[in-house]
Amino acid sequence: MSVTRRGALPDTSAPGTAYDVTVVGAGVVGCAIARELARRSLRVALVEASGDIGEGSSKANTAILHTGFDAVPGSLEARLVREGGRMLAAYARETGIPVEPVGALLVAWDEEQLAALPRLAAKAARNGHHGTRFVDAAGLRALEPHLGPGALGALAVPDESVVCPWTTPLAYATQAVQSGVDLHLDCPVEKVRPGGPAAPHRLITRRGVLRTRFLVNACGLYADAFDALVGRYDFTVTPRRGQLLVFDKFARGLVRHILLPVPGALGKGVLIAPTVYGNVMLGPTAEDLDDKTATGSTAEGLDALRAQGRRILPALLDEEVTAVYAGLRAATGAEDYRIAAHPELRYVTVGGIRSTGLTASLALGRHTVELLADTGLELGPERPLAPVSMPNLGEAFPRPYRDAARIARDPAYGEIVCHCERVTRGEIRDALASTVPPATLDGLRRRTRARAGRCQGFSCGATVRALFEERAR
Amino acid sequence: MTGGGVVERAVDVLVVGAGPAGLAAAARLAAAGAGRVEVLERERTAGGVPRHCARGGFGAFTGPGYARRAVRAAVRAGAVVRTGVGATGWAGPLTLEVTAPTGLERITARAVVLATGARERSRSARLVPGSRPAGVFSTGELQQSVELFGLRRERIGRRAVVVGSEPVARHAVRTLRRAGVTVAAVVSERPRGARLPVPVLRGARVLELVGRGRLSGVLVRGADGRTGLLRCDTVVFTGDWIPDHELARTGGVPLDRATRGPAVDPAFRTCVPGVFAVGNLLRGVEPAVVAAAEGRAVADAVLARLAGAPWPGPGVPVTAGGAVRWVSPHRLTGPAPTLLLRPSGRLLRPVLTVEQDGRVLHEARLPGRVDAHRSVRPPTGWTADVDPAGGPVVIRLDKP
Ligand SMILES: Cc1cc2nc3c(=O)[nH]c(=O)nc-3n(C[C@H](O)[C@H](O)[C@H](O)COP(=O)(O)OP(=O)(O)OC[C@H]3O[C@@H](n4cnc5c(N)ncnc54)[C@H](O)[C@@H]3O)c2cc1C
Ligand SMILES: Cc1cc2nc3c(=O)[nH]c(=O)nc-3n(C[C@H](O)[C@H](O)[C@H](O)COP(=O)(O)OP(=O)(O)OC[C@H]3O[C@@H](n4cnc5c(N)ncnc54)[C@H](O)[C@@H]3O)c2cc1C
Repeated sequence: MSVTRRGALPDTSAPGTAYDVTVVGAGVVGCAIARELARRSLRVALVEASGDIGEGSSKANTAILHTGFDAVPGSLEARLVREGGRMLAAYARETGIPVEPVGALLVAWDEEQLAALPRLAAKAARNGHHGTRFVDAAGLRALEPHLGPGALGALAVPDESVVCPWTTPLAYATQAVQSGVDLHLDCPVEKVRPGGPAAPHRLITRRGVLRTRFLVNACGLYADAFDALVGRYDFTVTPRRGQLLVFDKFARGLVRHILLPVPGALGKGVLIAPTVYGNVMLGPTAEDLDDKTATGSTAEGLDALRAQGRRILPALLDEEVTAVYAGLRAATGAEDYRIAAHPELRYVTVGGIRSTGLTASLALGRHTVELLADTGLELGPERPLAPVSMPNLGEAFPRPYRDAARIARDPAYGEIVCHCERVTRGEIRDALASTVPPATLDGLRRRTRARAGRCQGFSCGATVRALFEERAR
Repeated sequence: MTGGGVVERAVDVLVVGAGPAGLAAAARLAAAGAGRVEVLERERTAGGVPRHCARGGFGAFTGPGYARRAVRAAVRAGAVVRTGVGATGWAGPLTLEVTAPTGLERITARAVVLATGARERSRSARLVPGSRPAGVFSTGELQQSVELFGLRRERIGRRAVVVGSEPVARHAVRTLRRAGVTVAAVVSERPRGARLPVPVLRGARVLELVGRGRLSGVLVRGADGRTGLLRCDTVVFTGDWIPDHELARTGGVPLDRATRGPAVDPAFRTCVPGVFAVGNLLRGVEPAVVAAAEGRAVADAVLARLAGAPWPGPGVPVTAGGAVRWVSPHRLTGPAPTLLLRPSGRLLRPVLTVEQDGRVLHEARLPGRVDAHRSVRPPTGWTADVDPAGGPVVIRLDKP
């Protein structure tokens, strides 16, 4: 069990020392696959280009734990979202990842959208969701009193939830590492020399060569580029940008459900949803780009979001904005994931995990391991994973700063450092000493929420940085 | 709050925030025999923002000197100043929930004085688009990094751009230079302003932040409409204040729309009986002496409250018109000793008009020039003529 960030990789050149499986890409999907592999007596490596897990698409999504009610019936995505959603809800309960089952409302703003609701209910039923129900305009107003004028009705989807997108991949990675997986960060794989029938593959990374018998591509936006390294050209990833606005916690009282748009001819439209951190988010936009690094926001994008938000929830726009960000979805032109097993290469591609990868992650992990077995990997007997318990970042669950018993045992939990988010010195200390410690202040933010609040560091930034640098030295 | 062991306590006056305003209030109240006067400060050191303004600008003092003096004065007068103690919520109308390393408390007071200060709006709150690189600061974070933690060029950056046109932009420039950081330019939306020891792009706007991982530049549109990239690895967003009104709002204290601070009457009473508000919490940044004067001034009304004086009704709202951005106090319950108003821009010898229900209470030409970065204190004799049963009082500034 180890996490490395620098220096040479472990020597895998001697016979029998190669990894059994290497998963490339430590987003939520790669972390879930590595965790699933950790159940077996295998030598597993998780290799990531950036300095932390979850730095790609996984850190910047809308954080909804989908039911899959609107997936394409019969698709692999529909099945894995449905299964993954249930698995993650259970896993979250077990590990302390915050989930709030707030439910969703598909709000119809015109007659056409209203007329579409029965069709969506039928689609949901075909996806196994029979709990949807129609809400008329008056009923909707009672459910969401702050909705703007003109809403005609809604389809209620009771089981949709919001989840913490930051602790989820962190929990997987932590559990994988504690169960024996080697996590190599700052380690982009630049070339692949596929092995022959008996010889391991050689992965040429910036930190040296890594040999592995089986290989998994979980490279997110770069899944096509990685495929190309082994000579596969099955699909192209088009980055589809989603810009989002996160509003102050004072907005949380304005909305009770995930307010989804009715999908129509003009695309999916933007949603308004509570976050488990007690904010409200508005977004995402949908812009097809060709730059896989274009995670910036734009003036036009933000203006468009605000215009739509003003219509859905006018009072939202009176609140302060806490954060602006953008994420990229891995669109491939197909209405499904691009998962493919290549037995001749002892290689599985888990690509095209578009806008549902957080929800489906655990099911993707299980599915990938099944494919690896089909590809010839001997799984061996199952063994239990190391139990993990994640720090709670959710506002609906007890936080350390309000826990008298915990403070009595350890006064560091009574010392609030980040005041807006009420993050204590104890939590920052724990994150810095954790199994997969943060590499940057942003990594620390995703583990503790320090500096993620309304002041964005005006009050606490200098102190948090000092704590981080003290540890890093 | 969970678990046993929450300590219940009572005090006479609870002051939240040990900045110039809260400390001045506590000093006067303790000296006047208000009983147990307790000041809560969430930082490890009391003194508020001046602690990290390591320069002149506070009368004869540097910021830290000013802060130390204010703390000493409060303690000497008999107030209890507790640091590392954060007020996190309310358990009753005059009961605050508190977290400290020593444990959780619920403190009930006979009067609560909120003095929680203000902060600069962040880059996100200003909706500045672009990437999310490292190297983005507010003046508050910058000053603390340099003055309290000794950060220098190697850890801040080599070349900075400062954004803003309030006086605090000048402080940001000074702090950066002290830390050895080159200041490439100040980008100021206002067409005019004081001279600075660095290039100032006036009438210019930041369009976008550029850079992966680390900031590499800011895209700026100049007064001539042309855009260009200013190369830098650090940017400081200054000014654009918002009161730290979290505690006030969660306590149900109504805010003024224009200032986003609690709506107070001339004696700094909020609309919630027993709860007062002073200092930058009311409207963003004024010089420390102004905040401290408000702290001293609130004491009379607090003492009256402790002696059983009734809490006045909401009074007559005061609203801003013309080129007035905000006015404080926000409601009149009787004559006002002072009045503070902020112009929204520069005007030469503007006309100040005060009206109620179409009746002109006061009209005067102000001498000299008013500007957006400094408050105006007009005469207040007319406040005695306000009809307590009438409509809102509108205060305007107009071009002559
Ligand atoms: C705006 C937006 C909203 C979304 N909303 C939701 C939602 O509400 N619910 C939901 O379930 N899903 C949502 N998603 C989708 C979800 O975020 C993604 O499906 C998921 O994060 C994809 O994870 P991943 O691991 O495949 O990719 P990533 O997180 O991008 O991980 C891939 C990793 O591979 C690494 N990598 C790439 N190439 C190499 C290489 N050669 N060597 C080493 N490492 C490499 C990258 O550095 C990266 O860390 C949303 C996505 C976006 C963008
Ligand atoms: C960057 C900057 C530069 C400045 N430069 C100058 C200058 O050169 N000259 C000048 O005269 N003025 C200057 N000022 C203005 C001056 O600092 C303020 O006028 C003065 O500090 C205001 O006092 P205050 O007590 O209202 O607020 P603050 O000084 O902000 O004090 C508020 C205090 O309340 C505490 N607090 C907040 N919430 C809680 C809570 N829930 N529980 C416990 N404690 C809490 C905070 O930690 C803080 O210590 C500057 C301000 C800034 C921000």
